[in-house]
Amino acid sequence: MLKVNHVDMSYGDLQVLWDVSFEVRQGEIIVLVGANGAGKSSILKTISNIKNPSHGEIIFEDFNLVTAQPHEIIEHGVIHVPEGRHLFNEMTVEENLIMGSLSQRAKPRRNEMIDYCFGLFPRLKERRKQIAGTLSGGEQQMVAIARGLMALPKILMLDEPSLGLAPILVQEIFEIVRNVSKEGITILLVEQNVRQTLAFCDRAYVLENGRVTKEGTGNELLNDEYVREAYLGI
Amino acid sequence: METFLQTLASGILIGGLYAIIGIGMTLIMGVLNIINLAHGQILMISMYITWVLWHYFGIDPYMSIFITIPTVFLIAEGISKYFLHPLIDKDSILPENQVLMTVGIGMVIMELARTIFTSDFKSISPTTTLRGEKIDIPGYLQNSIHIANISISIPLLIAFSISIFLTLGLFLFLTKTDKGRSVRATAQDKGAAALMGISTAKITILTYGIGSALDAAAGSLLLPIYYLYPDVGPIFTVKAFVITILGGLGSTVGAIFGGLILGLAETFGATYISMGYKDAVGLIIFLLVLVFFPGGLKRFTKV
Repeated sequence: MLKVNHVDMSYGDLQVLWDVSFEVRQGEIIVLVGANGAGKSSILKTISNIKNPSHGEIIFEDFNLVTAQPHEIIEHGVIHVPEGRHLFNEMTVEENLIMGSLSQRAKPRRNEMIDYCFGLFPRLKERRKQIAGTLSGGEQQMVAIARGLMALPKILMLDEPSLGLAPILVQEIFEIVRNVSKEGITILLVEQNVRQTLAFCDRAYVLENGRVTKEGTGNELLNDEYVREAYLGI
Repeated sequence: METFLQTLASGILIGGLYAIIGIGMTLIMGVLNIINLAHGQILMISMYITWVLWHYFGIDPYMSIFITIPTVFLIAEGISKYFLHPLIDKDSILPENQVLMTVGIGMVIMELARTIFTSDFKSISPTTTLRGEKIDIPGYLQNSIHIANISISIPLLIAFSISIFLTLGLFLFLTKTDKGRSVRATAQDKGAAALMGISTAKITILTYGIGSALDAAAGSLLLPIYYLYPDVGPIFTVKAFVITILGGLGSTVGAIFGGLILGLAETFGATYISMGYKDAVGLIIFLLVLVFFPGGLKRFTKV
């Protein structure tokens, strides 16, 4: 469904991605794990074409994302929920959701999707008229995910949705991710919460210094000697 | 008491007009993150267009907003696209340089006006000649209405009403349409706006146009009650700047109150202190707000 082939990317003179290749298949939950600065977020930014790769190709359902405009990528259903949530802090929860459905594909189903999202996150329904900046961290993350769903994603890319949340909320967010996946939406998840995400993902890729160093199913990696030592501290 | 009410009425009316100048500036400030120091000069363009339309074509100054708004909108789009946006696009260029660019644009506009229209003071003359025929200014422009013992000048009243109308229109645009919401989204978080598929470049250019169009409306509305010369621009740039600081940077609701406060401060200053010190009163209030409410009125509002 999504193929990333030999991608290099640089911020100015600083190259952060080196020959990155991986594949996401329909319906999977894929996790990219790695330490700070390994290039996980940079991969998502390259896929949604906020950053242009200097080399390589990214193909989504026969459509080349490298040469596409960001709004065309969204039109094709590749949706990026950024790290740190990045809500529109002075807008209400409902307006934030509306902002998720600007694409021509999503706009006609806007009201239906708002109801759907409020069904998924009843807590947001209570707060639909509240200013997003005043919500708690967990609620803000829910808005961020809901805003992503509003765009009718075929593949939803989530960048560290558990960042800065209490453990119980992290559980809740991962539960939501699994539910979204059951709706048939493919998930590409970037996480530092290695143990928990490896436990429920289909496959995972390990990134180190901008290179893919390991790949395998969640269980394979959980039992991998190197991964256990480097990321799980066992 | 009558003097007080009379001053209050005039202050509110002129304040409404100032408000749309301030809203234009604050909108640009919110989205482009720059202080548009060419704001008054853009207003001056509209005043000159209005003057030319009356003087050479006999067009009612209030009707001319239908010409000045789109014309200035297009001029501003051009300025924004070819002069400001190339500077915003590059991360390596500091925002200070964009502000310098607006200063430069303001100077060019001012000197162009001086070249074309000379430095003479101009205002709406009571009559003009069109193809040998004398045309009188529409009567309502010279009249006032009287409520109790307060006289309200009709030009000011019209200017105030149109300002309210435009402000309401802007609010509906910003809160009820996708384009308008995109403008607010871009002001609040440019990166996230891009992820929503919003072309932030287009929104930035559009916003400069909308801000300038409001400015243009104010220019046409001001001409019947003001005078016009090439150096009039900086006066209004300063006023717009004061209003945005009073209201809190980037706050549209704040700008409305900022405009009203400035209008009231000026008229009360003119009545109770001296006509010559009316601008000084506005600036003193500006300094007091900076010292005691550094965030402006934004802290009392949400939008």
